Amino acid sequence: MRVTIDKSRCIAAGQCVLNAPFVFDQGEEDGIVILLKEDPPPEQEEHTRRAARLCPAEAIKLHD
Amino acid sequence: MALDLAELSYPMQRSCPFHPPEAYAPLRENQPFARVRLWDGSHPYLLTRYEDIRAVLAEPRFSCEPVREGFPHVYEGRMVADKADRSFLRLDNPEHDRLRRMVTKEFTVKKVQALRPYIQATVDRLIDNYAAMPQGSDFVEHFAAPLPTDIITLLLGIPYEDHEIFRRATRIQFGSRSTPAEVRESLAELFGYLDALITRKEAEPADDVVSRLVHDQYRPGHIDRITLINIVRLLLSAGHQTTQNMTALGVLTLLQHPDQLALIRADASLIPGAVEELLRFSSILHTGARRVALEDIDVNGHLVRAGEGVICSIPAANRDGELFPDPDRFDVTRDAGPHVAFGFGVHQCLGQVLARAELQIVYETLFRRLPELRLAVPFESLRFRHDMFVYGVHELPLSW
Ligand code: HEM
Ligand code: SF4
Repeated sequence: MRVTIDKSRCIAAGQCVLNAPFVFDQGEEDGIVILLKEDPPPEQEEHTRRAARLCPAEAIKLHD
Repeated sequence: MALDLAELSYPMQRSCPFHPPEAYAPLRENQPFARVRLWDGSHPYLLTRYEDIRAVLAEPRFSCEPVREGFPHVYEGRMVADKADRSFLRLDNPEHDRLRRMVTKEFTVKKVQALRPYIQATVDRLIDNYAAMPQGSDFVEHFAAPLPTDIITLLLGIPYEDHEIFRRATRIQFGSRSTPAEVRESLAELFGYLDALITRKEAEPADDVVSRLVHDQYRPGHIDRITLINIVRLLLSAGHQTTQNMTALGVLTLLQHPDQLALIRADASLIPGAVEELLRFSSILHTGARRVALEDIDVNGHLVRAGEGVICSIPAANRDGELFPDPDRFDVTRDAGPHVAFGFGVHQCLGQVLARAELQIVYETLFRRLPELRLAVPFESLRFRHDMFVYGVHELPLSW
């Protein structure tokens, strides 16, 4: 699985960090999403899928 | 079974305080794009299916601006408050994102994490005070209301002593029976107060959200004074009625479901999930998220015409059995995470990480420190906030 993010859409709701803290972070200066792992390991895939589904701004895209 | 549409006025009455109005389930089944009649004679859509509601709230061609023709106003007093609101809650993009991003750094997961010890200390102090009061004291007034006030005034840098001004303001502006004149007067008072506050922060900046907005955004000219006042007013009011009512209704829900309460007492790791389930089950923004279509828009195969209003029922979405099996059962072990209690789309609650932290700390601490906590009056005597913009219980007398 490969992950991409669109920072211009992010509204810093934090759903991604709450659901997949090893894959996403939020910038100190703006709260906007930071991608920590472009290729999450298999044990993180479920959390990553959940983060993408719950992101309210459709800022996270998954490429299988 | 087709329901008699002419009879569907909105908001509808509940028959059980823990459940949404009974009509929602058959509507979701048979008429997911129902028409309802509002106080002003308009006929917006009432949406009750989870996927339709997510689709509308994620769609930028649905506007959330109350000044637009066709926007559904659920109460007259609320209409006055909504139309006067120029905060980003009531603005579409691109302006929404520009303004929201001026404060997003204040509510990140890390910021809230750092605040947890302070929230814990506040909860402990409020429990000490409450437990020192006579048995049967009102939990809403003496615990649930002061908690969010304490936290948000600290973040914004507002003296706690001034809380009567904005508590009164939210009470009037969120009350369904408030007259337009009362709402206007209350807004004027609040704006005057915030204007004076900003003047103070200009002279004496401190380490708080309002000072940062003044110096990083207002001084350099990124926003004018009215916009600044609107942002501060939103931050001050959005978390009050919501957190207060969620706190008290959550405690009552747990007390009325002793098997579920026993589960979280025995295993504190269940508490974050229990908070999600309480948010889902209670859905306190019970009049819904409201929008108006800017163009003709296809929503999962149904055409909504330009200018038509849409009420996205948050309680109905959160009881959709497609997503939440056996939806009317309160179950702290279920996966309630995908609920829309905080809305969806770009307006999804900015304070959600903070609200979650407050609620998790409250439920964990309260039932640990006051293990005998129970209702001090018969359940039937409680008055629920049926006619208020934010649902909950008016008073909650407890013993411990
Ligand atoms: C349990 C407590 C809370 C609930 C259930 C709740 C619910 C909501 C909902 C449903 C919305 C979206 C409204 C819409 O789309 O029309 C919203 C927006 C908002 N909430 Fe909350 N909220 C809570 C606590 C808080 C707190 C503690 C704050 C603190 C600052 C806050 C600040 C905001 C703000 C600023 C917005 C506007 C976001 C935007 O338009 O971009 N909320 N909230
Ligand atoms: S969940 Fe989406 S909107 Fe929220 S911080 Fe993550 S990427 Fe941004």
